[in-house]
Amino acid sequence: MGAALNSPSSPWGEGRGEGESVMTIGLEHYLTVAAILFTLGIFGIFLNRKNVIIILMSVELMLLAVNINFVAFSVFLNDLVGQVFAMFVLTVAAAEAAIGLAIVVIYFRNRGSIAVEDINRMKG
Amino acid sequence: MIDVIAFYLFATVVIAAGVMVIASRNPVHSVLWLILAFFSAAGLFVLLGAEFIAMILLIVYVGAVAVLFLFVVMMLDINFSELRGGFLKYLPIGATIGLILLAELVLIVGTWQSAPGSGEAVSAPTPPLLEQDNTSALGALIYTDYIYAFQAAGLILLVAMIGAIVLTHRSRPGIKRQVIADQVSRRREDAFEIKKVETGEGI
Repeated sequence: MGAALNSPSSPWGEGRGEGESVMTIGLEHYLTVAAILFTLGIFGIFLNRKNVIIILMSVELMLLAVNINFVAFSVFLNDLVGQVFAMFVLTVAAAEAAIGLAIVVIYFRNRGSIAVEDINRMKG
Repeated sequence: MIDVIAFYLFATVVIAAGVMVIASRNPVHSVLWLILAFFSAAGLFVLLGAEFIAMILLIVYVGAVAVLFLFVVMMLDINFSELRGGFLKYLPIGATIGLILLAELVLIVGTWQSAPGSGEAVSAPTPPLLEQDNTSALGALIYTDYIYAFQAAGLILLVAMIGAIVLTHRSRPGIKRQVIADQVSRRREDAFEIKKVETGEGI
């Protein structure tokens, strides 16, 4: 169990200066990891503009980053609600993946391709 | 000390796996890197003390979502190398926007400060770990204060399930199916015909 969890001296009570060393894991470390992960997700959407499946995976990465933010704030604020909402984010992510992949499967069945630039006929 | 090492290990692995998800050439490898990223994120959650979310992440993401991705990637017969065209074309704009976004996010994280007194404004304080563990504390919260949101989440999952089934279901013509009514209503006269065969003549 991390020391940050049990100690009530979360970044709230004290100033930000002293607790922020490399050897103490604070809220900022987790936020930075989540920020990098979120950026990676957006970067992945830009890089793989043609592949819907990789785009869906990038969205999953971004949702994971959001979850890390939720849980980190929840723990460091000593508030359990963040974890509850992380669970809801998880639920929505699972539903989104299921529906998205179902759409990909039927699109491939009808057109034989999932390249994004082929998906431009949405006129019903 | 050990938690610091563990944090940096998990953080490095999750970011490296994230890079490999978007950079890997084969989508199957992408899915496998995604699984590694989820595993490491679950490790981060365990370090934070959110064990239930960590295990749910493993079960839901690794066990269901990632395997679903794996199935779909392997099921679709797609030339994925064709889809990778334009990777280098979009690299500069993607890198620019990504770096700008990352800089902004890091600036926010670096300069952000909580309002004084916000530490007291906690709607559901985490009970001490020795009194109640993470899972039962979450359960006590979800099934009381957040019961409507919880039911709504269940409804979302139900709608997603029905939607996925409706979308992917197809009725293929020319398939023989069992029709029980036909089987039950089949009579002896429909199935048999008794012929009297004379000796030496045949039918």
